[in-house]
Amino acid sequence: MALQNSFQAIFSNCWHTAENPCKFFIDCINKGQKCHQSQASNERVQRFKDELLLVYHDKPVILIGMGTCGLANGAQKVYNAFTDELSGMDVDIIQTGCVGYCAEEVIVDIKLPNQPRLTYCQVTPDDVPQLVEETIKNGQPVAEKVLAYYGNGQKITGWSDFSSITDIPFFSKQKKNVLDNCGVINPDNINQYLARGGYVALSKALNDMKPEDVIQEMLDGGLRGRGGAGFPTGLKWQLTANAKGDKKYVVCNADEGDPGAFMDRAVLEGDPHKVVEGMIIAGYTIGADEGYIYCRAEYPLAIKRLEKTIADATELGLLGDNILGSGFNFHLKIKKGAGAFVCGEETALLNSIEGKRGMPRPKPPYPSDSGLFGKPTVINNVETFANVPVLIRDGAEQYASVGTDGSKGTKIFALSGKVKNVGLVEVPMGTTLREIIFDIGGGIPDEKEFKAVQIGGPSGGALPESVINTPIDYESLKEIGAMMGSGGLVVMDETDCMVDLAKYFMTFIQSESCGKCIPCREGTKRLLEILERLTQSHRSEHSVEESMLRFQGMVYLERLSDVIKNTSLCGLGGSAANPVTSTLKYFRDEYEAHLYDRKCTAGSCRQLLTYKIDTDKCTGCTLCARKCPEDAILGERKKAHYIIDEKCIRCDQCRSNCKFDAIVVE
Amino acid sequence: MRITINGKECWANPGETILKVADREGIKIPTLCYLKGLSPTGSCRVCMVEVDGGRMVPSCAFPVSEGMNVETNSATVRRSRKTIIELLIANHPQDCLTCVRNGNCELQKLAEEYNVRGRRYVGERRTSKLDVASPSIERDPEKCILCGRCVRVCHEVQGVGAIDIAKRGFQSYVTPAFNHSLNTVACVFCGQCVVNCPVGALREKSHTKKVWEAINDPDTRVVGQIAPAVRVALGEEFGLEPGTEVTGKTVAAMRRIGMDVIFDTNFSADLTIMEEANELVERLQNGGTLPMLSSCSPGWIKYIEHFYPDLLENLSTCKSPHQMQGAVIKSYWAEKKGIDPSKVFVVSIMPCTAKKYEAQRPELGDQYQDVDAVLTTRELAQMMKTAGLEFSKLQDDYFDDPLGESTGAAIIFGATGGVMEAALRTAHFKLTGQECADIDFKPVRGLEGVKEAQIKINGIPLKVAAVNSLSKIQPLLDDMRNGTSEYQFIEVMACPGGCINGGGQPLPSDPEKTEKRMQSIYKIDSSLAKRCSHHNESVQKLYEDFLDEPNSHKAHELLHTHYLNRTEEL
Repeated sequence: MALQNSFQAIFSNCWHTAENPCKFFIDCINKGQKCHQSQASNERVQRFKDELLLVYHDKPVILIGMGTCGLANGAQKVYNAFTDELSGMDVDIIQTGCVGYCAEEVIVDIKLPNQPRLTYCQVTPDDVPQLVEETIKNGQPVAEKVLAYYGNGQKITGWSDFSSITDIPFFSKQKKNVLDNCGVINPDNINQYLARGGYVALSKALNDMKPEDVIQEMLDGGLRGRGGAGFPTGLKWQLTANAKGDKKYVVCNADEGDPGAFMDRAVLEGDPHKVVEGMIIAGYTIGADEGYIYCRAEYPLAIKRLEKTIADATELGLLGDNILGSGFNFHLKIKKGAGAFVCGEETALLNSIEGKRGMPRPKPPYPSDSGLFGKPTVINNVETFANVPVLIRDGAEQYASVGTDGSKGTKIFALSGKVKNVGLVEVPMGTTLREIIFDIGGGIPDEKEFKAVQIGGPSGGALPESVINTPIDYESLKEIGAMMGSGGLVVMDETDCMVDLAKYFMTFIQSESCGKCIPCREGTKRLLEILERLTQSHRSEHSVEESMLRFQGMVYLERLSDVIKNTSLCGLGGSAANPVTSTLKYFRDEYEAHLYDRKCTAGSCRQLLTYKIDTDKCTGCTLCARKCPEDAILGERKKAHYIIDEKCIRCDQCRSNCKFDAIVVE
Repeated sequence: MRITINGKECWANPGETILKVADREGIKIPTLCYLKGLSPTGSCRVCMVEVDGGRMVPSCAFPVSEGMNVETNSATVRRSRKTIIELLIANHPQDCLTCVRNGNCELQKLAEEYNVRGRRYVGERRTSKLDVASPSIERDPEKCILCGRCVRVCHEVQGVGAIDIAKRGFQSYVTPAFNHSLNTVACVFCGQCVVNCPVGALREKSHTKKVWEAINDPDTRVVGQIAPAVRVALGEEFGLEPGTEVTGKTVAAMRRIGMDVIFDTNFSADLTIMEEANELVERLQNGGTLPMLSSCSPGWIKYIEHFYPDLLENLSTCKSPHQMQGAVIKSYWAEKKGIDPSKVFVVSIMPCTAKKYEAQRPELGDQYQDVDAVLTTRELAQMMKTAGLEFSKLQDDYFDDPLGESTGAAIIFGATGGVMEAALRTAHFKLTGQECADIDFKPVRGLEGVKEAQIKINGIPLKVAAVNSLSKIQPLLDDMRNGTSEYQFIEVMACPGGCINGGGQPLPSDPEKTEKRMQSIYKIDSSLAKRCSHHNESVQKLYEDFLDEPNSHKAHELLHTHYLNRTEEL
């Protein structure tokens, strides 16, 4: 049924179907119908494309960003409010993915016929009646909610206050190679993807290129794995293509698990066809007829979108047997991950697909020789596959024109933490961290000082201001003790303690270690214990030996980190100590303050704080004494009070309740 | 190809691991998780070496390449290994003095070799309860270092999968499903996990106390018997070469420990052959259920009861030799000696942990259990040490009559293929009335998992197989289920290599040791004048005096048993 309103249906004279596919199907969409060409048919196709791209439409269209981030901000409620408010009116409401500007969610685009598409931000259900009344019914924008308009930058008459979306700082420094469709199209509508040049790369690969040509193009384009390690994708494909095997597989790693990372989710929710197209091209290149997408079950929307994507692509003959009449077969399956972080490690992921315990295998053999079910396998992550159609469609030369010498193209980052513009950004390789944090991200909120940025998730490193002018590429980051990782960027300000940060990530790594190899299983536990001792109060130590353990631990911190890094079985363990080594490298003074002075300069290690009462300010109102759950505050009415440090549990009740700012925290 | 290890050039074959080449060159690299013959998991990381100036790789899993430069003793390597040992120790009970593996623990040895002289890392220790409920194997998960050897042997070699690793990271532990006891899961008690455990996390259920008590009781007659495989392995516990035959010293030691009478399980191995060969001949001639499956290995019996209960009819009904021996001791011998069988305490010295479980099966006994206690080879050695016996100075002693006589057919019960070969020697005689011209049935010898042979006896073509290690029997049982099996007789021993590599043998398990024990077994066989069970005069006399003939009513009462479907049990 879906086909009724599709390109195949538009080519009314064409006798091809999905069962009887045509190699020119994608060409016909983009270059005009090859056979049966007529003025009328060309117009019909153009008209259909215009409708899909909202160039032409006769009724208002509302597009709501309903990725997981939008939903978390209340997009469903906004959607419901619109459907209620619009009942009986002839208006299209379309769900799109995330445009990336999370700080401004919920984002609603309204496009009236013959007017530019206007983006409204921070929309709540309460704003909906006004939007419907003024914009939909009267055709007037609600100026205070407008973020920007889509267009070519020309000012629109009467809308002088609005800027083009490409001019606002969050977007102006970005280059959207991969995210170009996210938040713009309806990800459930394959026709919109086709109308925006979708599957052109697949058609080009199948019709005009031999597998070795694709590999050469990939090598020339210089695409490197976006999962973090940065292995050249073309080389990986070449190795797998050359490996001997009666059966080969393509696997997409969609087990995004880093805290603060949501790049892959946004791509899968906003533009799933791009990933699938990349996988099909990979299958053609290496000679695989089967692929798996390993997606974590915590991404239900992404899985739903992928299921629809696979069904639609199969229906149009872009997946399945004899794709575009080329004789090439490719079938895709989705495998849900049960939530183990380690299953993002490629060999653990393969074990998990095979139904085994998700634990890494020793390498070699590499997956390119012996991967899924022991067969040669290409395994790339979501963002890498999403780059493939761009590279093949535009050609290696154009693709490689973006980026640095060793790192080509763009990279998506999930920008979060103490930064004004939280969101998803795609920048050319070589952009500096400073540009991302301060220009795109808008800097630190509440006029606080920037302290560090954690790049690459729990396995990455915390970088101080002194190195944030480093251009982002695989090598430069390694040099300054961090790694590209999958693309998490967590910004921290002066109130964040670096020892506490290392402890947080070590807690994460510790609980996510699979337990297979000793350095990771036992070593990260000991690292965590050393950090815990550094951040604990002397009151929790009961003997001299216990107190000595703090110093002893500090002595062994680097040695242990080194061994974990050198000897762990997989990448998770190999980079497990990075949060410790990078903070030690750049913030050693904080460690020393914790160790020698038992002071947390950032004030976030609660155990190390001391609560005192400023006797000059205290009026003896007794409120703090009454609020204290531990009866740690003594004092007579109308006389200055006193806190017994031994009893104080640092709950902050006294300070937060004091009306005279008399509680001092040191 | 040529590689360099520690500055020394050496030759290597493509595909070999660094560990293998280093071993050949006499360079020792420590290992914990590595198991010969199984695919490497690379989980313990103590075999890490430095390659081409910096990269650390696990030598057990990493293949050599042309021109590779390996350092097995650099500062980084030593520090890494030592740290890993220290990390293990930080999470270990460290009760070496009272541990069953005191003195032969791989972790203890590594700590010594790497000069670990203190606790560098201190913190939480993983705690868990002992599992001592099973009659054969005890688990002490706190001592476990999670090398995974037991898990891999249980899954890959034995095809049982009674244990696996549960939970993640620091909380990981090896356990039967749902943290049940080994006693309530489909564990077959073969003990391969025990002989592959590097530390004291797995051990047999000790019967030494029970045996000492029986010895100390003046009213109890303690009758010992030893299995064929024990006499070619016990010497290892006292520093002798694997495979050294120490039958005479073992008998002497048992007597010195205080056992009253020492018999040979080999006697009843001959007896088993008389019964089993007869049963086979009967089944062949009267259209009985075929293929007949041997029944000497209690781990194998429990396996088929759990996993293939529909094939129980195929099992020979013969009890295993030491159970027959126990039954004969408590009837024939006790009667002959005028001793109250309730005052007889039968101790079997076995290479096996499953025998402990077998001995307490209710159907293996009448008024009294056939066998009262089972000691592993290791436990006997332990008792000998306690008794202050100096092994090298023991004078050879001899088994008591009449249950001490045996033939070459009995000794080979200790190795895979031996029961088959012994049965064929006698079956040939039964069917043809003539002795075999060549009694060495070489095709069924050796350590290969499945060995088959086709022979013709009296014009009847026989296709037989000898199988060792339980994973290897699965396809054959599946064929039987599907009705496509072509065999008439299959011998099965649960452990890889047979009883010589049983779960009760000296630690650790090693294919080279198994090979040497096997050679010793066949050497004993070929050195004997009588090599067929039907030549055992004491066995003949037992039939004349007491049992009438093989498969008689009396023989059935004493020497045969029945089996249970255990699928419902769990």
